[in-house]
Amino acid sequence: MLSETASLVFWVIAFVTIISAIFVVSLRNIFHSALFLVLCLFSVAGVFVLLDAEFLAGVQVLIYVGGVAILMIFAVMLTSRMTNSEVRQQNEQKALGALVAFSFLLIVTGAILKTMSVKGGFGLSPSPSVTISTPHAIGRLLLTNFVLPFELVSVLLLVALIGAVVLAKKDGD
Amino acid sequence: MVPLEYYLTLSAVIFAIGVLGVLTSRNLIVIFMSIEIMLNAGNLALIAFSRALGDVSGHAFVFIVFAVAAAEAAVGLAIILAVFRNRESVNADDFNIMRW
Repeated sequence: MLSETASLVFWVIAFVTIISAIFVVSLRNIFHSALFLVLCLFSVAGVFVLLDAEFLAGVQVLIYVGGVAILMIFAVMLTSRMTNSEVRQQNEQKALGALVAFSFLLIVTGAILKTMSVKGGFGLSPSPSVTISTPHAIGRLLLTNFVLPFELVSVLLLVALIGAVVLAKKDGD
Repeated sequence: MVPLEYYLTLSAVIFAIGVLGVLTSRNLIVIFMSIEIMLNAGNLALIAFSRALGDVSGHAFVFIVFAVAAAEAAVGLAIILAVFRNRESVNADDFNIMRW
């Protein structure tokens, strides 16, 4: 019963994610695209919850929905002359781009399904063990095995924020 | 229990939609949003594998990807705004001065 509910929830969230992602790349009004991006990021957070990654789902909502998507909406509004709905948003390579993306999808899903059909799949046990996805475990890992990437990413964030300020300020200020 | 390949296929579909957006869009901001969608697809695959393997390392990867994505968004949007101020456009077809 519980697993049936979980798979129903998975299908609903997957549907919402895919539809909103398609709207993000296809709508003419960019402001609506940005709002659908928020919906898409929210439903990806829902998939994270289904995958027992509640902490990362919370971080996803905080950083992506609360930070990145709001930055996008700012940029859309600051460039509002280009974003009215009369401006065509697709270039001339629409058919070619769709062909490339579709063949990419076919190749990747073919690889996934073929690997899974081989006995043992990705070398995983048939019944996946329960993860210990707590902030405690992630924090311990970040300060032991991944301490160098962790420190590098903090430097990267500092450099990126200074760079953003330098780039965004007007010349001569 | 949803099998691993469903999550991986969902991730592949979202990534392909992001590729479609990058290839077909003329607007820099839409290209940027498509890149965020592709980053999310990668995170989804990492967490799915992490669950299937019973290993928390994938979660640490995703955490670092979050930080890199936030930095990328800040710098990228600053570049888009600077370009818009200089050229009065966010249409990717207008920026061809680097082309020879």
